[in-house]
Amino acid sequence: MKKDIILAGVGGQGILSIATVIGRAAVANGMYLKQAEVHGMSQRGGDVQSHLRISTEPICSDLIPEGKADLIISVEPMESLRYLPMLNADGWVITNNVPFKNVPDYPSDADLEKAMKSVKNMIAFNADQLAREIGSPRSANMVILGAAADKLGLPYEEFEKAVAAIFAAKGEDIVSANLKAMASGREQSQK
Amino acid sequence: MQKLLLLGDEAIAQGALDAGISGVYAYPGTPSTEITEYIQHSKKAKEEGIHCTWSANEKTAMEAAVGVSYTGRRALVCMKHVGLNVAADPFTNSAVTGANGGLVYLIADDPSMHSSQDEQDSRSYARFAQIPCMEPSNQQEAYDMIRYAFDLSEKLQTPVLFRVTTRMAHSRSGVELREGRGQNPVKLDPNPKRFILLPANARVLYKELLAKQPEFENRALQDGFNAYLEGSDKKLGIIACGIGYNYLQENFGGKCPHPVLKVSQYPIPRTWVKKITDECDKVLIVEEGYPIYEELIRGYLDASGKILGRLDGTLPRDGELNPNILAKALGLPKTCGEPIPDVVVARPPSLCNGCPHADTYTALNEAMKEYGRGHVFGDIGCYTLGALPPYGAIGSTVDMGASITMAKGAADAGLRPAVAVIGDSTFTHSGMTGLLDAVNDKSSITVIIMDNSTTGMTGGQDSAAFGKIEQICMGLGVEKEHIRVITPLKNNHDENVRVMKEEIAYQGVSVIVPRRECIQTAVRHAKEAAKAKKA
Repeated sequence: MKKDIILAGVGGQGILSIATVIGRAAVANGMYLKQAEVHGMSQRGGDVQSHLRISTEPICSDLIPEGKADLIISVEPMESLRYLPMLNADGWVITNNVPFKNVPDYPSDADLEKAMKSVKNMIAFNADQLAREIGSPRSANMVILGAAADKLGLPYEEFEKAVAAIFAAKGEDIVSANLKAMASGREQSQK
Repeated sequence: MQKLLLLGDEAIAQGALDAGISGVYAYPGTPSTEITEYIQHSKKAKEEGIHCTWSANEKTAMEAAVGVSYTGRRALVCMKHVGLNVAADPFTNSAVTGANGGLVYLIADDPSMHSSQDEQDSRSYARFAQIPCMEPSNQQEAYDMIRYAFDLSEKLQTPVLFRVTTRMAHSRSGVELREGRGQNPVKLDPNPKRFILLPANARVLYKELLAKQPEFENRALQDGFNAYLEGSDKKLGIIACGIGYNYLQENFGGKCPHPVLKVSQYPIPRTWVKKITDECDKVLIVEEGYPIYEELIRGYLDASGKILGRLDGTLPRDGELNPNILAKALGLPKTCGEPIPDVVVARPPSLCNGCPHADTYTALNEAMKEYGRGHVFGDIGCYTLGALPPYGAIGSTVDMGASITMAKGAADAGLRPAVAVIGDSTFTHSGMTGLLDAVNDKSSITVIIMDNSTTGMTGGQDSAAFGKIEQICMGLGVEKEHIRVITPLKNNHDENVRVMKEEIAYQGVSVIVPRRECIQTAVRHAKEAAKAKKA
């Protein structure tokens, strides 16, 4: 089993914590992992992406080749489209649809929606709202992870275990908030 | 042994700890910063008192490490590629002294300039100083090779340059650790002249360095980090350096049908270069950086068409490599997905909401309005983003500290006013000496030292300037009444514009210090304080 995943967002939106959960679940299941991250200047409000590769076989490149990604997981709608050249023909885009507008020429809602509709396999929804509804407004990234969970090739329980392990130090409340966020995203994706 | 998921930078840090270093010496710079940070957070460093605080700049860092090596103990030096320009003096001369205790220079290059002003290739520096160079292709190699580099350094009494590029530094993978070892005891070099580079000694030591060259190449042949992989399709052979090897193998599912010379240690062994050029019709040279070995192997006047690489257009002349660039060079089919929709626009980095630099630039732009463009010289840090809209506030960014000296030169040449904008950490890195020049010449410049009390761009490391800026300026001879501290806040805008106008009008050296903590570290410090209070 092999999944190549592009994580996308804007610097500071927390895409690396999504990668940490998936990575932990993969490694706990004996898989190989490579993950290229963006540090430095782009983290200041610029577009950021991370290449996450998990596989039962050894992985050569740290970067995913164009047209080979199975999934784009994004926490911002325009950013979910930036990496379409990376996606394979049957690949899925899973994204938050709440725009982060920090550039003057950000596309209009109508133009953005039209472009998103033209993507073959896309799950887009308001993850901020779901996060607020379950009382942890800062966990939109875990909601998005939950929506992607069924397409990652590992049993859902493995992601729950990973969340529990990663957030254990921050206390029971944080663990359960993140589990809830993930579950609500997953439920949304199954609608 | 234990297996950890580590960034390349972290694998290097853990490798250095396990190799028994007595200190890491560094100045923050992407993509090298995480190495020193990892050591700062490590239990072992705390328990064993391993030196890991930040140095004022790369030159002071490297010289301190040479001092550690002088005592017989091991030191790691870390910096980004352009930092090695700052440290070039100790770098080249320590190649002549050689090392006593293991001495490794970790230089992180940034091809494609993700966070840098150029993409210089530090392997050139290794050739220039004539010392061995290591370049890992994956995180496990990075971990293993750091200990090897220390051993090589001690065995052949030479500093070793350890080169990584951005993707190696910032990519994570599983790393299996080995048993750690302790530090060296203090033991001075038996040769009392080794570190005294008087010409008479230096001539002897330089001949020693030259005499070591065949052994450097021999180690690269024998010690297992380079490999000659046989292949049946000899129409093409490939010399693949560093992570270029990964991109090559990605295209063949790990089973390249061509002979491959995998290179992670330099100088590249001539025996294998000869073998691959003899047995293959053509040879593609894959280097993540400058075409250094391509040019050497090709020869200056080569027109045979046998050697392929960046110089003949088979690979792009600049920028980092990736699997697709290799695919194209190998004549493999394109794999690109759908194009990027037109609605997607560029999202360049920008100053954070609430950033003190934003308020400083807003005030400065107003204070400078009457003079038109081209009077403000910038420097390296988050505030370099002041060159972009909506500020458009600075007219230059060249290297660390150059704001002050370029403003001075422009003032010498008659540009009035001339204003320098520099961060607190950059000021103590390389700005102080330039300010002294300006004071000694009574140059008419205004230096704005934007004090956010941290090294912001690289993620908020301690600044060597903290709490010292006014004293330093006074010590260098700036008149006390022309050192003005302001607080960059919207509410103080009018007052700040007035102070700036006054000092810009002054015919002499004036300093303005807009002081407010970086919004990122302020939030972090508030969280830490709340946590401490809770506990």
